[in-house]
Amino acid sequence: MAILHSQINPRSAEFAHNSAAMLEQVQALRTLLAQVHQGGGAKAQERHTSRGKLLPRERIDRLLDPGSPFLEIGQLAAHAVYGEEVPAAGVIAGIGRIEGVECMIVANDATVKGGSYYPLTVKKHLRAQAIALQNRLPCIYLVDSGGANLPRQDEVFPDREHFGRIFFNQANMSAIGIPQIAVVMGSCTAGGAYVPAMADEAIMVRQQATIFLAGPPLVKAATGEVVSAEDLGGADVHCKTSGVADHYADNDEHALAIARRCVANLNWHKLGTLQQRMPIAPLYDAEELYGVVPADAKQPFDVREVIARLVDGSVFDEFKALFGTTLVCGFAHLHGYPIAILANNGILFAEAAQKGAHFIELACQRGIPLLFLQNITGFMVGQKYEAGGIAKHGAKLVTAVACAQVPKFTVIIGGSFGAGNYGMCGRAYDPRFLWMWPNARIGVMGAEQAAGVLAQVKREQSERSGQPFSADDEARLKQPILDQYEHQGHPYYSSARLWDDGVIDPAQTRDVLGLALSAALNAPIEQSRFGIFRM
Amino acid sequence: MSRPTLTTLLVANRGEIACRVMRTAKALGLTTVAVHSAVDREARHSREADIRVDLGGAKAAESYLDIAKLIAAAKASGAQAIHPGYGFLSENAGFARAIEEAGLIFLGPPASAIEAMGSKSAAKALMETAGVPLVPGYHGEAQDLETFRAAAEKIGYPVLLKATAGGGGKGMKVVEQESQLGEALASAQREALSSFGDARMLVEKYVLKPRHVEIQVFADQHGNCLYLNERDCSIQRRHQKVVEEAPAPGLSVEQRQAMGEAAVRAAQAIGYVGAGTVEFLLDARGEFFFMEMNTRLQVEHPVTEAITGLDLVAWQIRVACGEPLPITQAQVPLNGHAIEVRLYAEDPANDFLPATGKLTLYRESAPGAGRRVDSGVSEGDSISPYYDPMLGKLIAWGENREQARLRLLAMLDEFAIGGLKTNIAFLRRILAHPAFAEAELDTGFIPRYQAQLLPEASTLPAEFWQAAAEAFIQSEPLVQRNDDRHSPWATHSGLRLGVPAHISLHLRCNTEEQAVSLDHSAPSTLTLRGEQLIQEHNGLRRQHLAIRRGHTLYLHWNGELHAVNQLDPIAEADASHSHQGGLGAPMNGSIVRVMVETGQVVEAGTPLVVLEAMKMEHSIRAPHSGTVKALFCQEGDMVSEGSVLVELEGNDA
Repeated sequence: MAILHSQINPRSAEFAHNSAAMLEQVQALRTLLAQVHQGGGAKAQERHTSRGKLLPRERIDRLLDPGSPFLEIGQLAAHAVYGEEVPAAGVIAGIGRIEGVECMIVANDATVKGGSYYPLTVKKHLRAQAIALQNRLPCIYLVDSGGANLPRQDEVFPDREHFGRIFFNQANMSAIGIPQIAVVMGSCTAGGAYVPAMADEAIMVRQQATIFLAGPPLVKAATGEVVSAEDLGGADVHCKTSGVADHYADNDEHALAIARRCVANLNWHKLGTLQQRMPIAPLYDAEELYGVVPADAKQPFDVREVIARLVDGSVFDEFKALFGTTLVCGFAHLHGYPIAILANNGILFAEAAQKGAHFIELACQRGIPLLFLQNITGFMVGQKYEAGGIAKHGAKLVTAVACAQVPKFTVIIGGSFGAGNYGMCGRAYDPRFLWMWPNARIGVMGAEQAAGVLAQVKREQSERSGQPFSADDEARLKQPILDQYEHQGHPYYSSARLWDDGVIDPAQTRDVLGLALSAALNAPIEQSRFGIFRM
Repeated sequence: MSRPTLTTLLVANRGEIACRVMRTAKALGLTTVAVHSAVDREARHSREADIRVDLGGAKAAESYLDIAKLIAAAKASGAQAIHPGYGFLSENAGFARAIEEAGLIFLGPPASAIEAMGSKSAAKALMETAGVPLVPGYHGEAQDLETFRAAAEKIGYPVLLKATAGGGGKGMKVVEQESQLGEALASAQREALSSFGDARMLVEKYVLKPRHVEIQVFADQHGNCLYLNERDCSIQRRHQKVVEEAPAPGLSVEQRQAMGEAAVRAAQAIGYVGAGTVEFLLDARGEFFFMEMNTRLQVEHPVTEAITGLDLVAWQIRVACGEPLPITQAQVPLNGHAIEVRLYAEDPANDFLPATGKLTLYRESAPGAGRRVDSGVSEGDSISPYYDPMLGKLIAWGENREQARLRLLAMLDEFAIGGLKTNIAFLRRILAHPAFAEAELDTGFIPRYQAQLLPEASTLPAEFWQAAAEAFIQSEPLVQRNDDRHSPWATHSGLRLGVPAHISLHLRCNTEEQAVSLDHSAPSTLTLRGEQLIQEHNGLRRQHLAIRRGHTLYLHWNGELHAVNQLDPIAEADASHSHQGGLGAPMNGSIVRVMVETGQVVEAGTPLVVLEAMKMEHSIRAPHSGTVKALFCQEGDMVSEGSVLVELEGNDA
């Protein structure tokens, strides 16, 4: 048993400096999230509650077991994307426990643009379903939405990953035994009507919920029939006459209690098995992570200092500690679950890539979940390395990552650049969850490198055409690129577009991973079959 | 006379008195035999006995009142003696005689003495000749309304109707004016008949502002009779004693002697043996009148034991074995002061309706010097509607009255009972009342201070709800799945990403409900340690008893134990749908009379149905005027609490 002993002095000036810098970013994140949690704002909330409706977050609170954690995803979705605020993209999604079962909850926020679906609303709804599918989580939809955002219909309606995919997913999840439960607590019009209609069980709130393919105005326009919303598709119609819904609720709270009973009756089994131990806390305080990461992103740090603050008892059994040392690999336990960790400790060389591929194979053979701690500028470049086959060695790592069927979790704790992102299980490699720390940066390459590459190309063009290319010209060329890369590489930018599942406070990383690991165990841990490793 | 063999004692009773008698019997090395009805199979008195005999039946008449079964039980178990406790057959001469005839020892007075005092009218005549002062009244045999009307007229209203054979407040009614006499007499007769099997009544002057002071007497078989000081039982509710104390505050040595000697004369007049109590009314001028003699051990005997240091049950056993009284009158001790309260399963806020149900929580006060708890129940026991709803008694002794009072208050604060309503808070308010502290006692105490003793329920403050929510969530059991044993999901941390942890609970306490949000942005000032909720404020830490039992949290707050549950929206919705306009049974019981017919138009306040439970009659009255739409019960039906009896339509406003 190897215990990681921290080499960091938490009383040093450097630590204090780092800590202050990180805390500032964490505070900014908290402030932003607090704003997001206000949904459509006080006025819209008051209008909503004055109708006897609970706010979406209150609905989730009542739905969950008392005191259950709520592992929210995509809190920053649509942040600063549309030129108007659409907090959380108008839909709250996350995992919480209901009657002892981890469920994916998708709740429309009618206080945000009537709960209508923007492109990122659709993307977030689909992301929540993807998580549910991958981790085999029962889905509870708290429906209160006006449907597609009509001005943006071209971005929400027709494509493969657009609105229709929601129902495709419902049908296919139901087909493989992932329960789909809809609680209709407001309007649920047109396409949205299929959410309850395609659910395994649907609950409606009387005098409040409506389900119809076409609302009264459209009915009148189409056929001249004049009918009230309640008579057209209220709970009485659907619970007593049409059978579109199954359970009749007096109010929000009653509906949510019925939904809890539905989950209680699922006879739910978790299918993933791991040899668990009693969880024990790390030897070091989680908040020390603030001081571990240098304020200056260019400064390297020993990733073992991070691991020591994440894993049970700070115990970490390292694999190939002396080989390919820029990728730290090893086994540990987190909240009692065994976990295989790959963590960057410098640039990726051929040896590190081979070691990583080997280690992933070990984890897959043994059915141990993988955790990737990304802090990577990329694979090593240069003639020597190309000649050494860095591309094929990198490809081994990417193959191993891509084919690994054990649950994978990725946390970007620093940089996430270029092919390093692929080798370390970036979004494209289907980790069960991907989170970023507030200090993280993501991009095809670093801002400096990108600006440098573009300046180089421009200089060569200028030289070929005999134009002068001064240092001033270079700076003028570089600045907008630096600005663009900094802006787009920021985790908020990433999170707003759902390239990740959220920006998290580093001090919460261990808890977040523990909850995610436990949630992932709803699905069986499958055997992995790897593609050809180019030798 | 040779000393009889006594090795095994049967207690023909249940509840706290059975437990109390057996405690002494065991201490004296006797084998104890309990009898129990079918519903009392696992009752505490039954559990604590060495031998238990099943009498079968649920109703008292089929079990604890069945003389033949009791005698057979004694024979079967080898008991040589029977202790009757109080209530049931304790003052039944037939029982005493049957025991004697079976060759067994009755731990009570001779049948003749019971008979002499059993009929109140005859007793009064006897007392008159013995020179014991009496209250004016009619104690005759004629039982018709006209006789009572004439007698009441002669005595002058208000008058008190009492069951000739009765005691303990049953079959007892105060009549303020002539117009009420007819209904009161009929109702009292019914109660008397069902409680004692004897409908005969007497009527006397209702003495204003009286104190109830009684003398404990004890006589042996050798003609010796002592008085063991007095008890003041003035704090009564509808003629039921609630608080008893000894000695009676303010009673002079001369008065004590005068009353004591009168009591001894009364006992000797009927050839009394054993423990008995002579009850007097003491008026404001210090005059006392004989009320009745209770030919048994009283509920409140522990206060006498506390100030004398004697064990009256041990004396009963010794006297029954023929021993002489061990001390003389001059040697009777009187040390300090003792107060007793009777703990009932009842709802003081709802006209003291007896409460039935399961004791999901039962925690007694800690034992200690000067503290005594005589209880007949333990946690998990059920309180059935068949018997008296008294759970037990709390007795505190002190060097003086104030010390005893404070000690008893502390005991009440430590007591925690959940699952059914009790009178603990009511008792607490009596003891804490300034007039009680000043010993301003008379039988009008409770009605006089009604407003303070039974205050309107006030709404619970936000601080309570916060504390309740914290204690609730901190005591909420972790639900660990078998297929994921250490999952971090099974916490109640309320973890949220990037925002403060958040726990939301919708709680209910009595009729109030409150959605509470716990925002854990800072460490909570409320921490549950074991069963104490520690509340930190300005460097001061206070403790509130907080006990979790299943889905219920019991939180002690401002002298009251509150049962807090999570609101169940499904149950709420069901309740709001079912039986709107229906009038339900307030408790389990049997229907003795249906007084209306379907279709009948009734005024607000009209009695609709009379329910008998706990040997008391309860009228279900129309809450508003309207038409009886449907009747769901008939006479003789056993109904359970909450079941709808009558559907009344109409004029709600």
